[in-house]
Amino acid sequence: MVNPSVATPPDAVYDDRAVRLFSIAAVVWGVVGMLVGVFIAAELAFPDISLGIPWLSYGRLRPLHTNAVIFAFGGCALMATSYYVVQRTCHVRLLSSKLAELHFWGYQAVIVLAAITLPLGITRGKEYAELEWPIALLLTVVWVIYAIVFFGTIGIRKVRHIYVANWFYGAFIIAVALLHVVNAASIPVSLTKSYSAYAGVQDAMVQWWYGHNAVGFFLTAGFLGMMYYFIPKQAGRPVYSYRLSIVHFWALIFTYMWAGPHHLHYTALPDWVQSVGMMFSLVLLAPSWGGMINGIMTLSGAWHKLRDDPIMKFLIVSLSFYGMSTFEGPMMAIKTVNSLSHYTDWGIAHVHSGALGWVGLITMGSLYYLIPRMFGRQQMYSVRAIELHFWISTIGIVLYIASMWSAGVMEGVMWRSVNSDGTLAYSFVEVVKATFPFYVVRLGGGLLYLTGMLVMAWNTWKTATAGRYQPVIIPLAVANA
Amino acid sequence: MDSLYLLVPFSALLVLALLGLFAWALDAGQFDDLQREGERILATDEPVDGHQASTGAPSKQ
Repeated sequence: MVNPSVATPPDAVYDDRAVRLFSIAAVVWGVVGMLVGVFIAAELAFPDISLGIPWLSYGRLRPLHTNAVIFAFGGCALMATSYYVVQRTCHVRLLSSKLAELHFWGYQAVIVLAAITLPLGITRGKEYAELEWPIALLLTVVWVIYAIVFFGTIGIRKVRHIYVANWFYGAFIIAVALLHVVNAASIPVSLTKSYSAYAGVQDAMVQWWYGHNAVGFFLTAGFLGMMYYFIPKQAGRPVYSYRLSIVHFWALIFTYMWAGPHHLHYTALPDWVQSVGMMFSLVLLAPSWGGMINGIMTLSGAWHKLRDDPIMKFLIVSLSFYGMSTFEGPMMAIKTVNSLSHYTDWGIAHVHSGALGWVGLITMGSLYYLIPRMFGRQQMYSVRAIELHFWISTIGIVLYIASMWSAGVMEGVMWRSVNSDGTLAYSFVEVVKATFPFYVVRLGGGLLYLTGMLVMAWNTWKTATAGRYQPVIIPLAVANA
Repeated sequence: MDSLYLLVPFSALLVLALLGLFAWALDAGQFDDLQREGERILATDEPVDGHQASTGAPSKQ
């Protein structure tokens, strides 16, 4: 891999092997996870297509979809970019190539085990924490290795200042470790079955403390790390206000921890805990929008880049979805709004505006920056394919969230409609029937988004086969040479 | 709500740890020259067989 014509000591160049592996894995798992998503969307519109095969039933494939897109696609992208960014901003190689590679293969093992056990129905039954105890233990070990490599690299940094993206990545790594350990506490009864250490509403509280913080630290903080590195790099200008980015970081991590109870409005959870959750959710609007404005304003004075550069389109439009979903989220956390929106497809619309719009687009934009550099090229094989991917995905997202918003509000209104004698105006199955056209439109939106991902996979394949990795010199090493 | 006896103290400890980390960052001069730190990442990366790696201006502690 190292260019033989140049005698460069190995410690004078960055260590990009794990970055390359994780970025390719992210693309592969993205295709797989989105394909499963499209399949279960089709099942909701046309339930018979599972042909009665239990392994293909919605209940088993839905957790496979969420695990694949969040932890496999999103996770691998976070790991690739964090290993890239921490080296570039600290001017040092990764602490250990071997540990980083062990991290890669260990994490892939967790993903494969998830893909086997979930369709078999082996699950803890906790949303976003389904993996049974042996896999959860393996994940813990892999995560510790990740933390050692990442923080170890920061420990040996050659630049005194720790760039803001590393703070976000660091918060993601530590918070996810804590959340995982608390929520995964279980009592095993066999190799494939365990029971949660908590019971009843206690369990629900722990689960949603975990669940919402996973949104906050996995799907937000981690990807904000990406945002704060790749947007300035792609734009060729520093972030609009670096000072604001520091405020964004501390405000976000100090206020995030207690938003979880908004998932349990009007349940057995004490009323005051629900109100605390609602209040913290509303507070979160401020740092979220501060960060969004900071990212978008980075282009201030260079707006033409948004027209000319498809990667920039991915990055900036992702921020507009971040702004939309971080406005919508606090609104839905208000109890009166929640009484209409909860348990309806509005929740699905909200999640996917965050997942497809924010997480998906920022990841794709960052990978389009990263992948050519992993194969010694200036650009992806086809820049026009990036443009195509952008438009297919954006139209797909709009179809997806608009149909689910409509379905959600309709469900909420139909469920609460009562006749003059106080009986329910609609039976549940009538509401299900009314959602059919929206489910078909949603399937179309999902298909478009998957098609965009396939375009990306093709482009990645062409880039990888046409290029060859060129080692990159660490600036300080040159200065000392 | 027994689970709150776990989660609330846990969060309080976490906030204290974060405050400690913030104090360290302040003390260690992490926020001293934010303008410059925001711009530092823009220094270009050069492949081995490219031109001399430019700028970078590393500030060794």
